[in-house]
Amino acid sequence: MSLEVLVFALFAALALGSALVVVLHRNPVVSTMSLVVTLVALAALFVMLGAPFIAALQILIYTGAIVVLFLFVLMLLNVQRESAATPSAGRGQLWGTLIVACAFAGTLVILFWRSGAGVPAPLTAAEVALPVIARLLFSQYMLPFEIIGLLLLAAVVAATVLARKVPASPEEGD
Amino acid sequence: MSPQQIEIAATAAKMLVWIGFLVGALTPVMVWVERRGSALIQDRPGPNRLGPFGLFQPVADVVKFMFKESPVPAAADPFLYRLAPVLALVAPLSTYLVIPLAPRFVVAGQPIAGVAADVDTGVLLLLALSSLGVYSLVMAGYASNNKYSMLGSVRASAQMISYELALTLSVVAVLVPVGSLRLDEVVAHQQTSLLHWNVFPQAIGFLVFLVAMFAETNRLPFDLPEAESELVAGYHTEYSAMRFALFFMGEYMAMGGLSALCATLYFGGWSLPGVDVMAVGAWLAGLPGLGWLGGGILGALVGALILFAKVVVMMLVYVWVRWTFPRFRFDQLMRLGWKVLLPLALLNLVLVAALTVGGVL
Repeated sequence: MSLEVLVFALFAALALGSALVVVLHRNPVVSTMSLVVTLVALAALFVMLGAPFIAALQILIYTGAIVVLFLFVLMLLNVQRESAATPSAGRGQLWGTLIVACAFAGTLVILFWRSGAGVPAPLTAAEVALPVIARLLFSQYMLPFEIIGLLLLAAVVAATVLARKVPASPEEGD
Repeated sequence: MSPQQIEIAATAAKMLVWIGFLVGALTPVMVWVERRGSALIQDRPGPNRLGPFGLFQPVADVVKFMFKESPVPAAADPFLYRLAPVLALVAPLSTYLVIPLAPRFVVAGQPIAGVAADVDTGVLLLLALSSLGVYSLVMAGYASNNKYSMLGSVRASAQMISYELALTLSVVAVLVPVGSLRLDEVVAHQQTSLLHWNVFPQAIGFLVFLVAMFAETNRLPFDLPEAESELVAGYHTEYSAMRFALFFMGEYMAMGGLSALCATLYFGGWSLPGVDVMAVGAWLAGLPGLGWLGGGILGALVGALILFAKVVVMMLVYVWVRWTFPRFRFDQLMRLGWKVLLPLALLNLVLVAALTVGGVL
């Protein structure tokens, strides 16, 4: 077993294990902390795939900003540990989760099957050089890139509208 | 030695130089400077009993930290409570990996990069790693199960997210004329003369970076997460002994890291206009007793010393500002971050981009 396989196994196990903790732990703050471990382990896998830029962005955006916001909200709302006595999920919810998970796994299997059996060659340094990525992003993938930005903007507007307190009367509005 | 062995030894040596400087010199000296400096500004003597000018005071502090009891509160989450101080030190320490100490130098006929982690993503990796530091504060506040700690962490997370944006945007503006994320190329861009130091063409960006730097490290006037007049000691209220000391050291590491980044981005990093560090290294190698090191290593050390000198100056600014300005209120802090610094950083970015396209920078 080469060193590379060993490192891959280590981070894959870390990602899977911490992902399980995210789903199964009863304390939402611990779940969120565990999500950080999952994301960092995934970043390590990106580095192994020859995409250090994606790895750095993964840590910078997801662990550095988004998950911090999750934690911020959890702490502001002061979400407490779910007590073992309260039935957190009904039987129907459990079965629903299992069915959706199986469907997702099936889709993944089909996708990998269709994409060809061989393992694709790892990306070369020239392919993932920053100017190359930037040029692709701002030419070939310009439209999807802008649409994603618009989607995020819509989400921000929606969140603001939902969170805003409705003034009692138009005159009192802040 | 084989080329690979030289490479590994060089990387280890570069990390050792950083750790030696940070743990062996910067932190203890800064503890002393902070106490004596505050005393100087407040017109009182400060610690002056232990050793000449109270210089051995940090040693006494460390001994005390080591021998005090470090209890875990009964209501705390024991795992997270123990993990938080470790993370507080690890996250800022890892950022030094991508800050160049010296230009590319030659050892035994093999070129060695002047930076411990010679990667293309450079400064992006640094920002990513330093953004992990907020987790230690959040963890500490949550795990302590104390309302003051909790309030401190909530403030810390809100503050760090707000100021990271302005900080990152001012860094982006520095990278635009360079056209690379590598910090060694940022240094090379400023090498030629004093006027090429980014602090002059990017004065607005530097100002934004400087303010955001203070907020990111939770230092006065932005030390809201540990504001002692309202929150006892904020997120580290429940910590004592060596665990508290780790938070304390982590703060100095973060300050040092951002100082080094600031020196690299705006003040030419390891370079000094008119000084060729490699030529100085070659001259030093001619001196008796130093020749065995070789010109390459000596030149790299000269570069590192220049960078360290700039870091020390930035750290002195930290102390000076801390004891000169009153603390902000939290709403003022948020307003400054989102309504002043962020627009200024954006303006600076547009300006720099226009000047770069126009061929001025």
